[in-house]
Amino acid sequence: MKPRVLIGAALLGLALPCVALAAATGGAPPVEGMPQLAFGHPEQGRYLIASVVWLLIIFALMYVIMAQVALPRVASVLEERRARIEGDLEQAQAAKLRADAALAEHQAATVKARAEAQASIAGATQQAQSEAAAKAEALNARLNAQIGDAERRIAASRDSAMGALRSVAADAAEALVARLTGGADRGQVEQAVGAELAARGRA
Amino acid sequence: MATEGKTIDALSQFELAPVLGRIGDAVGFSQSNAHMLLVVGAVTALMLYGMANRAIVPGRLQALAESAYEFVHGLVTEQIGEEGKRFFPFVFSLFMFILFGNLIGLFPYAFTFTSHIAVTFGLAAVVFVLITVVALSLHGTKFFGYFFPEGAPVWLAPIIVPVEIVSYLSRPVSLSIRLFANMVAGHVMLKVFATFIILLGGLGAIGPFVATLPLALNIALVGFELLVAFLQAYVFAILTCIYLHDAVHLH
Repeated sequence: MKPRVLIGAALLGLALPCVALAAATGGAPPVEGMPQLAFGHPEQGRYLIASVVWLLIIFALMYVIMAQVALPRVASVLEERRARIEGDLEQAQAAKLRADAALAEHQAATVKARAEAQASIAGATQQAQSEAAAKAEALNARLNAQIGDAERRIAASRDSAMGALRSVAADAAEALVARLTGGADRGQVEQAVGAELAARGRA
Repeated sequence: MATEGKTIDALSQFELAPVLGRIGDAVGFSQSNAHMLLVVGAVTALMLYGMANRAIVPGRLQALAESAYEFVHGLVTEQIGEEGKRFFPFVFSLFMFILFGNLIGLFPYAFTFTSHIAVTFGLAAVVFVLITVVALSLHGTKFFGYFFPEGAPVWLAPIIVPVEIVSYLSRPVSLSIRLFANMVAGHVMLKVFATFIILLGGLGAIGPFVATLPLALNIALVGFELLVAFLQAYVFAILTCIYLHDAVHLH
């Protein structure tokens, strides 16, 4: 049954009471008491019984239309809506899960990046410290070498100075001896100077 | 008709008159039945035209159709339980038939078929036959245990059983008389006060002023009748559900 047919039937139903208004009451005797209970009245009684029969027919018609056509439609629309809402909720759930996963990933990446940064900072510090230590060691070695050199040069200078002192002292002693004695043996003078220097701890 | 010979005629509004001329007269098709068809048409139009868009977000008419569906659906599932779902189309038809019959009957010149005891008893008889058939088909002869509750002293049986049987048989009577009496009372009151308006309005100079009193009363009564129209349809439907629950579960 198509809805248009049924709506047309509904409009026909609308027209019927108008016809009822137009219908004139017949020439039957007046109704005594309540018309609803006038089962004995020649006209009303017949209509009352007939109206119940028609009621059963019309109500059966209504039941069939509702059960077969109208209510399944409503049910399908409601079901559609329910399914749609559930689908949307599921989508939202999935989106939330994705967002959570992305957040967790992001946090993990942050933690990793921080750890890497810490590691590289520590490495750089270590390297700088070791480089500084190496440089300081090299500098120390160079300085020690220079100190050694300088000490050696000082020692050499002192030795040569001491050597010069010996010959100067010998020369001076020979000259003195020559002036005092008139002649001096160079070998004896040098021997005496050496002994004198050795005695004074300057040899 | 209301003021024939300056008397109050509140009952002739319930008289049946055939429609569709001679054919209608021959098959006893009265204006009462025409209004039943109108109700079927209106409900069908609401449910089909309202749901025609099948919108996810419903419009006004669709919201109305859906809320009618869900209202009765809730009623059925709450009262009968999950097994009650197969009675849902029946209860829905019953509720909408009575509700629209009551509401359409409130329009001027319209006829209220629920103000006829024959009609309401016809509907109640359908319900009564249905609950009895359902109970018998589901429970067989155990159904008759319904009239004697388990655990009651046996010597009380001569009292309990007749009482239970009478109360069971009085169901369609109370169901039909409640609806019938409510609708008749309302329409008689409306008619009586409407007649007062006309009678008092004819009392010379002060007439129009005095006549506003029954007019105001009638306006209030129409609002009250709208409430009664809904309430009685609801009561009929919920009692049907309760009886169906008894039939399905036997207490």
